[in-house]
Amino acid sequence: MAVDTVPAPVHDTSPAPARTERSLTGLWFALPFLLIYALFMIWPILSGLWSSLFNTSLAGGDVEFLGLSNYAELARDGAVWDSLWNTVWFTLLSTPPLVLTGLGMALLAHRARRTGWFLRFAFFMPFLLPVTVVALIWLWIYQSDFGLLNAAVGWFGGDPVAWINDERTAMWAVVLCTLWWTVGFNFLLYLAALQGIPRELHESAAVDGATPGQRLRRITLPLLRRTTGLVLVLQLIASLKIFDQVYLLNEGNAGPITRPLIQYVYEQGFTSYRIGYASAISYLLFLIIIVVAFAQFKIFPAGRDD
Amino acid sequence: MKRRQLLAGTAAVLGAAACGAPSGADRLRYWNLFGGGDGVRMVELVDAFAASRPDLDVQASTLAWGPPYYTKLSMAAAGGRAPDVAILHLARLPSFAPGRLLDPFPPELLAEAGITPENVLPEIWDRCVVDGQVYAIPLDTHPFVMYYNTDLCRRLGLTDANGTLVPLRGADDLVAAWSEAKKLTGGYGLVLDNFGISPWRLWWTLYRQLDGDLLTADATALVIDDAKALQALDFMRRLSVTDAVAPGQMLLSGAVALFGSGRAAFLFNGEWEVTTFQTQRTPFSMVPFPEVFPGTASPAGIARTQADCHTFVLPHQRDRTVAGTRPAVDYVRFMLEHSVDWAAGGHVPAWLPATRSPDYLALDPQSRYRDAATTAQLDPPAWFSGSASNMENPAGAAFGAVQSGTLTPEAGLARFKADMQRLIDTPAPV
Repeated sequence: MAVDTVPAPVHDTSPAPARTERSLTGLWFALPFLLIYALFMIWPILSGLWSSLFNTSLAGGDVEFLGLSNYAELARDGAVWDSLWNTVWFTLLSTPPLVLTGLGMALLAHRARRTGWFLRFAFFMPFLLPVTVVALIWLWIYQSDFGLLNAAVGWFGGDPVAWINDERTAMWAVVLCTLWWTVGFNFLLYLAALQGIPRELHESAAVDGATPGQRLRRITLPLLRRTTGLVLVLQLIASLKIFDQVYLLNEGNAGPITRPLIQYVYEQGFTSYRIGYASAISYLLFLIIIVVAFAQFKIFPAGRDD
Repeated sequence: MKRRQLLAGTAAVLGAAACGAPSGADRLRYWNLFGGGDGVRMVELVDAFAASRPDLDVQASTLAWGPPYYTKLSMAAAGGRAPDVAILHLARLPSFAPGRLLDPFPPELLAEAGITPENVLPEIWDRCVVDGQVYAIPLDTHPFVMYYNTDLCRRLGLTDANGTLVPLRGADDLVAAWSEAKKLTGGYGLVLDNFGISPWRLWWTLYRQLDGDLLTADATALVIDDAKALQALDFMRRLSVTDAVAPGQMLLSGAVALFGSGRAAFLFNGEWEVTTFQTQRTPFSMVPFPEVFPGTASPAGIARTQADCHTFVLPHQRDRTVAGTRPAVDYVRFMLEHSVDWAAGGHVPAWLPATRSPDYLALDPQSRYRDAATTAQLDPPAWFSGSASNMENPAGAAFGAVQSGTLTPEAGLARFKADMQRLIDTPAPV
């Protein structure tokens, strides 16, 4: 269904005679940014690629050119693939509830008239907490001996579960903690998008006899499509980069049950000093994230609202 | 022109700030990782030293314990702009590439300060010396010990007339005592933690009591004795699963809280929690780690126990001079002389004159487990071993899973051996 009331993006159709001159002047203004971008973004990316070809050590010392053997080691290293799978599994488990819960919460807060301010505050508040606080809260919830969750399990006569140490529950525990912590951001994006939908659309649909369910399906959700695309990309990238809450929930314990790829990069690079090898692994992740981001932009092309 | 001069001047200032002023005879920069109860004592000692040396500009930095600390220290040393003196766990010495990341102590300064081998336990001193040069000066030994609640143990009939714990030896006697204690507290008999590196500390203690070896001297091959390793793991499993006198899923903070509040009669931990329990007024005392497998290895009648040592090292500085190092050695000497103040926080002084002093012997319970230093079992020397190392973290995870019952002893051992083999096969980055 095409929605005519949403303006199409306006293309710059002004004539371009003075363009060359203008862009050169603009370059000077962009130069500070470009310099910083080149120095802190392009250069580290290239030097990381460069050092992945060497046995560069954090502890200094002589380096030797290895060619692609860091990449060959990566292919053989089971820990790389285990932690990559953990990362992908976490992404698969966390992305749908993070997007859907964010949407649901936004619809709720948008609709609620009198309690709207409270819902907005309550839904967004966990996102404001630093990850260390979040990990502490959930660590006490998941504590197997006197944790809140096991107290609840005990009430129903169940046996205590080792939530973050048991292979069957560990990843779910991380997902739940992440959901509680970060869903507020998606909620905020959705809420902003909802508030951008003109009220007249709903009014006229209601006049035409559309039920609330129909309005949700045929007006709200289609108009949120672009936001959903954005939320999905941001969420997938954030989930693929998971590190801090897992690391803190395990108290830095390198247990391989939930270890994500970034933690393995950290361990190899910083506790094992193997910067070259860690660079090679991080290029694997970089590649995956780029592919995912491009695939997303292909599925949800920017600038189209139908 | 003026603007250009200004820019040049700014660049020079920035350059100087980035490089850090060269270490000199008038300043002392010191890094450590003492963030707990011992950190407060360390600050007091640093302040006392600074007060005694008004000629020195003393700057002490406390960084987060574990990998964050060691990462920063090695990066600073690799860049040659490290602090003048720093704390390092002795078992981590091989991972700091003596000669490249660490500078040796100038022998003439050590002689001048009277820091000589006969004032330190020989097995500790030997690990401080690499290629005939002294790279570390030990401050303390921190063994794994057993805390006990004096009230509960008295009610259990486990104390003598003086209120001292009767000697408990052997797996069965120990488990029986913990089992009785469990009935008394209604919680646990013994508490220990199953996360972090404590499971490694416990396993290494037990395995060394069985006289087991882990690595060849050059750390190129695993020489683990499976039967002994499993015997140790079986005992660990027995505590939390088979006999269930201890929790199988416990964080260190939880274990400390349970013991501190009297809901457990015994605690396995490092000795550094003394201040915590003194502050909480827990009726407690401490003994060296008990002999679980008697008759195997106890030179002084004290069982072998896992330990590490805090040492002072000289991180590499490109332009380190003997004169510039003098304040660092003065500081080390000051700390050794004040070892008893340091020992009040729990650690056993490495400086033997301090361990013989009446002030130290009067410290209770701190001096009760001092003999554990003589049977201290440091991690086997390797670039990947030592406190908070690549070996201790995965080992703690594998053995902790055995304690929690999620892995069988056989599976836990297999995982540990696979992790060890991977570390051995990794080309040493130092």
